[in-house]
Parts: sequence; C-alpha cells; structure tokens
Amino acid sequence: MAVDNDTVRRIAFLARLKVEPEKLEDTKSEFNKILEWVEELGEVNTDNVEPLVSVNNEALSLRADEVSEGHISQEILKNAPAQEFGYFVVPKVVE
Amino acid sequence: MSDLTDLTIAESLSKLKTKEISPVELTQAYIKKLDDNSKYNAYVTLNADEALKAAQESEKHYNNNTNRSLEGIPLGIKDLFCTKGIKTTACSHILDNFVPQYESTVTQKLLDCGALFLGKLNMDEFAMGGSNETSYFGPVVNPWSKNTPLVAGGSSGGSAAAVAAKMCAAATATDTGGSIREPSAFCGVTGIKPTYGRCSRYGIMAFASSLDQAGPICKDVTDCALMLNAMAGYDAKDSTSSKNEVPDFSSFIGQDVKGLKIGVPTEYRPDGLNSEVAAYWDKAAQILKDCGAEIVNISLPHTKYALPTYYVIAPAEASSNLARYDGVRYGLRVSGNGLDEQYINTRTSGFGAEVKRRILIGTYVLSAGYYDAYYLKAQKVRRLVKNDFDEAFKKCDVILTPTSPVEPFAIGDKKMLENPINMYLNDIFTVSVNLAGLPAMSLPIGLSQNGLPLGMQLIGRAFDEATIFKTAYQLERGANFVRM
Repeated sequence: MAVDNDTVRRIAFLARLKVEPEKLEDTKSEFNKILEWVEELGEVNTDNVEPLVSVNNEALSLRADEVSEGHISQEILKNAPAQEFGYFVVPKVVE
Repeated sequence: MSDLTDLTIAESLSKLKTKEISPVELTQAYIKKLDDNSKYNAYVTLNADEALKAAQESEKHYNNNTNRSLEGIPLGIKDLFCTKGIKTTACSHILDNFVPQYESTVTQKLLDCGALFLGKLNMDEFAMGGSNETSYFGPVVNPWSKNTPLVAGGSSGGSAAAVAAKMCAAATATDTGGSIREPSAFCGVTGIKPTYGRCSRYGIMAFASSLDQAGPICKDVTDCALMLNAMAGYDAKDSTSSKNEVPDFSSFIGQDVKGLKIGVPTEYRPDGLNSEVAAYWDKAAQILKDCGAEIVNISLPHTKYALPTYYVIAPAEASSNLARYDGVRYGLRVSGNGLDEQYINTRTSGFGAEVKRRILIGTYVLSAGYYDAYYLKAQKVRRLVKNDFDEAFKKCDVILTPTSPVEPFAIGDKKMLENPINMYLNDIFTVSVNLAGLPAMSLPIGLSQNGLPLGMQLIGRAFDEATIFKTAYQLERGANFVRM
C-alpha cells in the first residue's frame, strides 16, 4: 500500500506537522520504505489471534472521585507560553 | 587512595557508614568529574550546587544514624524524568524551557532513599533513537572511543556514558525497545529494564505507554539491585504499575545457579551474525555451565516479526502521546495565523526529524482505513511474540542472548543515517522483550578486537528479576570485565 504525495500531506495535517514542498518526495519515499518493511507482518497467520493491547493482567484500581491535589493553578500556569487572569491564552478561535 | 568515583554504590555505602568517607567528599569527587562533560556531552543540565547542599544534609543523616538506603549517593537522571524545579526537556527543542512543577515517582523514591542528583542526562529526543544522535543537544560521545568519536547508544546514551566515565555513581534510564540495554552494552556498563509495571511511569514523559519502563544503569549487577530496590513499587498515580510484591533484589546476589536452565534461542543466531558477538555468546554460556547451570536450546519463532511489530505499535502510541505538545500549556510556541497554524508552526519547528517521522507513521497506521491492516495486525503479532516467550519459559528459567548485533559505531555513520531501518535493526535482540513486557538486563562480557565493549542480555519471566540477578552476578564474576 504505497502512499502518494497527497496522502503524505493529509497525514501531516492530521498530525499538525508541515512537510515543506521540497521535502515531500523524500518524506514519501522514506514513508514507503518503512511501510513496505512493516508489511512483512502480512506473512504471519493471525486468524483467531486476539490482539494484545497490554501485557498488564492486573485489574485496574478504582479510587474515590475526589480532589487529591487541588488549588495549584499557578503551578500549572508556570510554564505557559502566554497566560492572563489565570487562563492559558490562545489565538481567537470563535469569530 | 584511588579516586572515590571508582567505587560502586555498594562500596561507597560501606565506606560512608563507617565514616571513612563523607557524602560531601564523595559528591565533590563526582562534581570534579563533571569537567569531562565537555568531552562526552553526557549531561544537558547540571545541578552540582544543589547536589552539594543535599550531600551536606546526608552528612547529618549519617551523623545521627538516620541514613537511608542510598544516603548521599550522587546520581544522574535521564532528561525524560520530570524533576521539580530542574529543567526537563526530553532533549527536544519543543520543551527546552520546561521546568516541571512536580517530581516523577521514580525520582521521588530515589530522593526519599537519600540519593542526590548531579544533573540531567542527554538522550535521544523523546527517547526515539538508538544512538543518541537525535538529541536536540547533540550526540553523546562514547567514553570508549579511540580516535573516531563513537556513539554511546540510545536512547539512554547520556546515562550509560555518564556511568562509564564515572560522572555519576549510577543513573536512571528508560527502555521502550532497548534504550537501557543497548547503550549499557555500548558503554560497558550494566542496566536492567524491569518487568512492565514494576516501576511507576508517573512523571516520565510518555513515548509508547504500553512499552515504556524505567530502570537503572549502574557500574555492576549489585548496584542495579540496590537501585531497583529504591525505584520499584506500586504507585496509585500510574494505573499500569503493578501491585506485585517487590522482593529485596540484593538478596539474590551471590546465590548459585546450579541446575538453572539457561535458554539459548536459535533465532537469535542468524547467518552472518558478527563472529565476535557469537563467540562471546558461547563464552557466556560456558561460564554459566561451569557454574552448574544447564544450557537448553529454545525457539522464539516470531523473532523476525518483532521489529516491524514494534515499528507499528511504538509510533502509533507516540503519535497519540505527543499530540499534547501543541504550544498552548507549556514548551515552545511559534505563532501563526489562527490556532491550527500555531499548532503546525510550533510542532514543525519544535520536533526533530526522527520524532516527526515516527509521528507521521503513527498517524498513518491509526488513520481510518489503515487501522486494521497495520495497528490491529501488529497487536495480534505482538501476542504471538509473547506466546513464544511463554512457551520458551516452560523449558528454561532465563534466556541468554547478545544485547546488540553490533559494536558501537561512529557518530554520523553513513549507513545508519541513509536509511532509518538500518538503525532500527540494531534493536533486533531487545524489542521482543518490550513487546512481551518482560524484564531483561545487559551486562558487559568483554571487549571486541577494536577494544570496544560488547554486552550480553539475560531475559527473565515476568516479575522474575530475581533469577536475572542471580544469573547475572555469576556471569559478571566469570566474565571479569574491567570497567573503564
């Protein structure tokens, strides 16, 4: 399943990355090399094999739904590129 | 007296307890070694002043007999672990101004045991790489390099190099596909990736969450046990951390291996395997045989498919985990016309080439129409890889393999850089272990003809690090590897 330039552009947008036009061909060929390689998996018969999502067999723990470490909004905002009035600032998204 | 930085943790602790040396003296000796960082580029952030203050606190603990298990031991911390108030970047431009406001569970546990931190260690960007060349801060130079600068391995290249060059007593590291074991092998030091779930992942920047595990890189097997004792244990903040009891790993050091069955997998000896690597593998088996262990041939038939499986699953999880770096809440922000363009500009300039490559692959294999063909298929093959180990461990107690098919190569090696798959293939002996969630250790076995370290890997059953420690200690004694 080789990908074309349009697919590379579409995937890049889904990942919110930009592939410069002059790098598009290289990115595509590298992409296809890796895909061709992972397609070796097609040789393996996986009929009736359950996918392995996690190697952890233990049941997940439940906890009470309550605040454990609250009132730390200043710490959370400490690394913000832009903040105002205790909020993260982003470009306007609603006209 | 020889340099204090020659001592292992175990040796340092016994001298500290008898007050033959003080934590301040020990810390000062390591701080002096940090001058070598200009040669090796192992540290990306130094914390020497704070370390010295902590050493003075440790001194009080020794004086009033409240010293804890790693009191006054100077460590290096991989830059993937969040450390409160100390810049933590994952060696990525996208986080190069990030100062965590909280401490990772593993580093908190080490602090609670009295350890102190000399600084943050270099690594491949977001732990994606096998040579430490994808770091935003440049590659680590292997301390064993002769004339040409060699790679230290990756992704925990800074951790392995710093331990080898005695720039810390031991280091934390993480392993998603071999990132503790391969650099340990390349730098002639000892590192263990414990069972998935053994150490909490809380506060460790996520790469591939179903594969990531923290572990120590140390000067020897005994120190690995001391470090893992401190690092392991259930944590409510990581839902995948295990409630299994953590034994005292040190208690297995020195136990004999008589009657133990050592599995040697046929599939790990492909035609054309480096002859020196093969010879050392035989030697390691002989050492264990001489100790009374029994060597049994085993088969791991899906070995060939482990790497392609890994290179679907790991990028898929990475593409999801790295979606959080969007320039909104922390890290780099590169403005644009509107929010989407800000995301794109931030991520495009913040991530390096290998990270972007993996995000793109991951996004593709998870995208509508391709999910079943790639991601679901890989998860099924992942089960077969795990089943292979389940079968093998019916016939043996621990598995012996080389850690890497190659010795450390030159920084900027053309063959490795021209095709990313060539670099990926170096992980051929290590990735299966992550897919199956098993514990595995790498320890040095000897030097190649070029005078470069080669490593052996011991793989155990899930939650049976004990057998690895037992076996590794005997192998270490037999190999008699001379540290730098």
